[in-house]
Amino acid sequence: MGLTIHLQFSGGMELLFNNEKEKTVTLPDTFTPALATLKDLLPWMRDNLLSERAELFMQGDTVRPGILVLINDADWELEGELEYVLKDDDTIVFISTLHGG
Amino acid sequence: MSVDALKAEIEALKKENEALKAAARRDEEPKVLSPNGTIFDLPSVREWTHKESLDNDEISRFSRQLLMREIGVQGQLKLRNTTVLVVGAGGLGAPAVMYLAAAGIGRLGIVDYDPVEASNLQRQIVHDETRVGMMKAESAKATVNRLSSFCDCIAYNTLIESSNAMDIIRPWDIVVDATDNVATRYLLNDACVLAGKPLVSGSALRMDGQLTVYNHAGGPCYRCIFPAPPPPETVTNCSDGGVLGVVPGIIGCLQALEVIKIASGLGTSFSQKMLLFDATSGAFRTIKLRGQSPTCAICGKNPTITDLIDYVQFCGAAPTDKTPAQTLLPDDERSTCREYSSVRMGAWPHLLLDVRETVQFNICSLPNSLNVPLKDLERRLTDVEQAARQAAALESSAIAIAKDALPIYVVCRRGNDSQVAVQLLRQHGFLQAKDIAGGLERWASEIDPDFPTY
Ligand SMILES: [Zn+2]
Repeated sequence: MGLTIHLQFSGGMELLFNNEKEKTVTLPDTFTPALATLKDLLPWMRDNLLSERAELFMQGDTVRPGILVLINDADWELEGELEYVLKDDDTIVFISTLHGG
Repeated sequence: MSVDALKAEIEALKKENEALKAAARRDEEPKVLSPNGTIFDLPSVREWTHKESLDNDEISRFSRQLLMREIGVQGQLKLRNTTVLVVGAGGLGAPAVMYLAAAGIGRLGIVDYDPVEASNLQRQIVHDETRVGMMKAESAKATVNRLSSFCDCIAYNTLIESSNAMDIIRPWDIVVDATDNVATRYLLNDACVLAGKPLVSGSALRMDGQLTVYNHAGGPCYRCIFPAPPPPETVTNCSDGGVLGVVPGIIGCLQALEVIKIASGLGTSFSQKMLLFDATSGAFRTIKLRGQSPTCAICGKNPTITDLIDYVQFCGAAPTDKTPAQTLLPDDERSTCREYSSVRMGAWPHLLLDVRETVQFNICSLPNSLNVPLKDLERRLTDVEQAARQAAALESSAIAIAKDALPIYVVCRRGNDSQVAVQLLRQHGFLQAKDIAGGLERWASEIDPDFPTY
């Protein structure tokens, strides 16, 4: 059984993911528990879930500037960013920052 | 006191008197309201004199707050002695300035460079229909003056930019970011760090709002959280994406609330935190952000930014919420509105392809156009080809027309996406595809004044 991850999208990020604000995914077996990181998850999301152009989500191997990532409600910087090792039942939130007024 | 000392004092008083008179004259000078945003001189901001106690008028006016343990006389006096600069008199700034003035903030500055437009009134409730065409800062000041004589309101009819931002911000205690674009947000952040002011920042789009207090009580600045600006093509502004008016209204009210909490000494709840408001589900959620970054380019230990920089260059986008016109196609792949108008008048067989989002197409469209949003175009090319063949066949049913000869005109709102669409069509062999320069906005201004704009 692969890792189960809860994804959430906010601030317009959902528009890049079929307009779904929440999605629970089961990752394929290529994601080895205790080894697979966020660095593996992002391209998988891009290839399997993203419904818009890739550059609206990613730049290089990370998220593009202007997207906040939370891992279990904490800023991902506090959790090692791309090196964070995925755990079963993790909640990962992607927030697009807004600039309008 | 010696005669010389008395003479010197008299001279000094005369000078001060002249300076005060000159400043008063400047205040009285009738302002020219410019709809195209002529640059005005910065208003002179005299030092704000603090009061030691509330007078009777203030006691009765602000009694509901004096009765509160959280505010009381001391808190109300602090509000009176605090000066607040609100940058942006739009959807966020509108409720913010009204609640701040109503609450008894002593002096309120309002910065905005745009005139009031009818499409602003759905959310910018500090303005009204009689103010369309008036500078927003002046209009907001007029509303504040009518609301409260206890508030000294100063309007800056000025585009805040690197050359004037420090001068504008310096006299104020707290700054409110109620702007609508990325470049001004970085500018305000850097100016507030350099000047040592807290920045109460709000933003909104569609059904979402966000709120954070930066550069306050040891917390992070905007750059600590967002060291690099978003790529310009990923930024959606309210004039393209839309916004439900009450959403920035709610965030603007919360900005006023946080200013009042900081000014009265209660303290803010949103340093190193971001409030996310999702109007669709009615959910408020507060997330914890990373702390102040020692490597931050402006507030870190060894800042690389010590003066304001060129923010338009840094962000690759102008300090406006309007999308600028781009030129991607050579002239011979474009058609003017006039040329296209004669195509319609002459009933030349052609397909008009409208590549706007369907919500926009539903607002208004030219008759007999096919709507395929730009993002769907690549996978709907067969639909386009079929429709183009049908349109062309009306005249020449017997002759099979080659794909590269199908007459296709592409239109969008302003003539940017239509160029991208023509590039894509030509790559796929539709070699007669042309766009309509300036889009439906220019169609309305040059050809059909009855065609709606939005
Ligand atoms: Zn910083």
